[in-house]
Amino acid sequence: MSALFSAHLPAIQVVVPLISAPLCVLFRRTGATWLIALIVSWTSFGISILLLEQVIANGPISYLLGSWAAPWGIEYKVDMLSAFVMLIITSIGSISMIFAPNSVNSEIPDDRIYLFYTMYLLTFSGLLGITITGDAFNLFVFLEISSLSSYVLISLGAERNALTAAFRYLILGTVGATFYIIGVGLMYQMTGTLNMVDLAQRLPAVAETRTILVALGFVTVGIGLKLGLFPVHVWLPNAYAYAPSVVTAFLAATATKVAVYTLLRIYFTVFGTKIFTALPIGEFLLLLSLIAILSMSAVAIFQKNAKRLLAYSSVAQVGYMVIGISMVTATGLTATILHLFNHAMIKGALFLVLAAVFFRIKSVKIEHMAGLGKVMPYSMAAFVLAGFSLVGVPLTVGFVSKWYLILGALEKGWWPVAGLILISSLLAVIYFWKIVEVVYFKPRPQDAPLIHEAPLAMLIPMWVLVGANFYFGLDTDITVGSAKAAATLLIRGAP
Amino acid sequence: MIAENYILWAIAVPLVGSLVILLTGKMPNLRESVTLVTAVTMFLVVGSLTHVVTRGGRPSVSLLEVFPGIELKFTVEPLGMLFALIASGLWIVTSLYSIGYMRGNNEANQTRFYFFFAIALACAVGIAFSGNLFTLFLFYEALTLSTFPLVTHAGTETAKRGGRTYLGILLSTSIGFLLLAVIWTWSLTGTLDFKPGGILAGKAEGPMVGILLFLFMFGTGKAALMPFHRWLPAAMVAPTPVSALLHAVAVVKAGVFTVLKIIVYIFGIDFLAASGSNVWLMWVATITLLFASIIAMYKDNLKARLAYSTVSQLSYIVLGAALATGASVIGGGLHIAMHAFGKITLFFCAGAIYTAAHKTLVSELDGIGRKMPLTMGAFLIGSLSIIGLPPMAGAWSKFHLMLGAAEAGQLIFIGVWALSSLLSAAYLIPVIARAFFQPLPKLAGAAATDEGIQEAPVFSLVAMAITATGTFVLFFFAGDIANMLAPIAADGK
Repeated sequence: MSALFSAHLPAIQVVVPLISAPLCVLFRRTGATWLIALIVSWTSFGISILLLEQVIANGPISYLLGSWAAPWGIEYKVDMLSAFVMLIITSIGSISMIFAPNSVNSEIPDDRIYLFYTMYLLTFSGLLGITITGDAFNLFVFLEISSLSSYVLISLGAERNALTAAFRYLILGTVGATFYIIGVGLMYQMTGTLNMVDLAQRLPAVAETRTILVALGFVTVGIGLKLGLFPVHVWLPNAYAYAPSVVTAFLAATATKVAVYTLLRIYFTVFGTKIFTALPIGEFLLLLSLIAILSMSAVAIFQKNAKRLLAYSSVAQVGYMVIGISMVTATGLTATILHLFNHAMIKGALFLVLAAVFFRIKSVKIEHMAGLGKVMPYSMAAFVLAGFSLVGVPLTVGFVSKWYLILGALEKGWWPVAGLILISSLLAVIYFWKIVEVVYFKPRPQDAPLIHEAPLAMLIPMWVLVGANFYFGLDTDITVGSAKAAATLLIRGAP
Repeated sequence: MIAENYILWAIAVPLVGSLVILLTGKMPNLRESVTLVTAVTMFLVVGSLTHVVTRGGRPSVSLLEVFPGIELKFTVEPLGMLFALIASGLWIVTSLYSIGYMRGNNEANQTRFYFFFAIALACAVGIAFSGNLFTLFLFYEALTLSTFPLVTHAGTETAKRGGRTYLGILLSTSIGFLLLAVIWTWSLTGTLDFKPGGILAGKAEGPMVGILLFLFMFGTGKAALMPFHRWLPAAMVAPTPVSALLHAVAVVKAGVFTVLKIIVYIFGIDFLAASGSNVWLMWVATITLLFASIIAMYKDNLKARLAYSTVSQLSYIVLGAALATGASVIGGGLHIAMHAFGKITLFFCAGAIYTAAHKTLVSELDGIGRKMPLTMGAFLIGSLSIIGLPPMAGAWSKFHLMLGAAEAGQLIFIGVWALSSLLSAAYLIPVIARAFFQPLPKLAGAAATDEGIQEAPVFSLVAMAITATGTFVLFFFAGDIANMLAPIAADGK
């Protein structure tokens, strides 16, 4: 029984959240739907840990859906990278679900709360599906599942602006998905297969053809749109700013990470490192991300809304990850993969704090946060500590990422890049400190209503993430170990 | 093995103390007792390592491997031993002083104050005992962050601006330059350990040595080399005990300690001297030490004057390190100790004047020596040590430094130090002259209050007496300290 169970873990991982989504619609009651989402998230978290253990022990897992042999059937493939990314998605999902009830009940009308949990589960299963599938077309299907449901999640935001933000994301997200599928279509035309391993074997023969190069372009732009790559990030700040608080925390910590994962998968597993010599794609990505880390950090400094500020910061942070990709070295990819996890911990914690702030003062405008250091001491301490991690203070995960990224740049002899990365992290000090000063140095206005510290159900999840920021800053065995293993596999181009 | 445990205890004691301070925050007397007990315990723990180190032992302990190949590691060597002894020893005195000062001035948020003070001390000793660059960097950044709430203690607009400058300069130099240098060193050598004779020899060459030195030296913003010195005067918005211990001893000495440590144990003095990349640093240090002295002369605010004096004195040590000879690095190490005692005395006096008479400007100090003879007497002793006159401790460190300049064949710097002595006399003696030889001002309104000035609180006086005596006593023990430091010069060979 248990052998049967563990053999089918890859399928269970995607199918359970997928079928529990309609279950939520049937139940409709707030408490029941929350419970379903909570249990499903934690189960998936457990499965992710089991899968990671299996991969570490026995190497990559290949699972044939419905026992149809690849390349005709759909193959699920769990290797180091996908197991690691699933761990990120499910851990953040589990923690967000503990945090969610208070926040969701206060921000979303009662009759729509079941929609939140339904859509959350769909997004959740979509993201997991993207990560686990070994099939380029199947990836598109999951991409659409996660995208469509996240448009709904964003539109659940309390302000009317949430609708325009969701609509804009819908337009650009659809363009992105379409570009991706055009790229996949062109590849299919040239190779006759959609299985990633198969593609990797057949592409070299036709690698020089214009069709394949065009396909690469389409796929890059398509995924670039989803991951908020500068300059096609324009949907992201508003989407993050106006979505319900928990949605922002969940999406910021997972959605862009999965898009980066897709990019890694397509570039290194499907195309192989040769494309970086065939086309100046590394230089192109490097240039865009350098602009991103500097300009977006600078833009963040001038934001008045804390959520939007962190959203711009996210675009900059995605830049760090793409810089790691553009190095096309083991250290560079290690930095990218590490930062997937580390940034999820950082932004997850920061957005959860903002969710708690919104829960208490119904605003996340920076000016309204004056004096919160005194009235919400534990939340604000969490914010400061997670901010240290964002800036990259030693002992935090942010420092670990920065260390590997700079090391990668120095190994390549990219001096100016190392310098620009450091400058950008100084900009991060400025925008983060801007909030800290308001919180601790400005007194709370006299007429402000009396408020209390956030409830424990919010404090505990947020502090768990803050703790993770420090724990994994010291004990880097799991994170650096997994990232290095995944990076080595990718750079060899081994399927 | 016992020595290894003591290393960890030296850092753990102030951390545990800080938590107890938080818990006892509601009971001020108990809270201050905790601070004192913590300080004394920490000093005893640090002190118990001394005999191990003077006998040539280098106790070392690794906690865990943070990255593959990079450990959180502590090693005690003479230079760090000296720095830790000074920081923890003067913490006891400063705690006594703080009690008088903070209560005398009715400062708010005193629990927070003592809490972060204890954490800052833990960081300082972490720096002192760090066994590799990674550990040093970690505690270096933690020291910056933990002292920020102390600098901005008043919570006013000025404090906020001062805090911005403080954090801005210290973080940008350390992240922009120091971190880059550390990672570069790692990618060049594959190790970050402090090794006698350095680790860069044979791994770095040509202009690369100069660039690395540039990154390391300007990256250590706490050493206050111009043009990155502005944070130190800005930090003077802090309560005086903070200026006294942290910005005359722990934080700034952490900076020059880092400079010495990097030059001795990362570059290696012979390698650096042979490379010739150290010449520019000598001149940057010279410019800093002369200019800062000149600026000090024009500062009317007493604490600002002392701050610029510190900037100048720190560059003595950087210059000593840059000369890269045995005598000059020992002189630099000695000066860490000697300047600490002299300058903390001066800050104690400045704080006492503020507590007793609410005066902050030099021009207001006319005749105050008649009302506060003990305070101003201590000020005189401290000044003499800073100027470098015997029989005060400062004379010896300057002697060794000058010897180092001769050893390096750079005689011009002997002249620089002589000139600098004159300049320090020029900014310190007028303060004393005003206090003792000018009559008290006879303004109709102010007369009554000025007549009523009394000597500083007892706690403050005791603290001042201890450190002033220290500057005198150290004059006679300078030889012992120099002997203890001697291995760092030999290590370099």
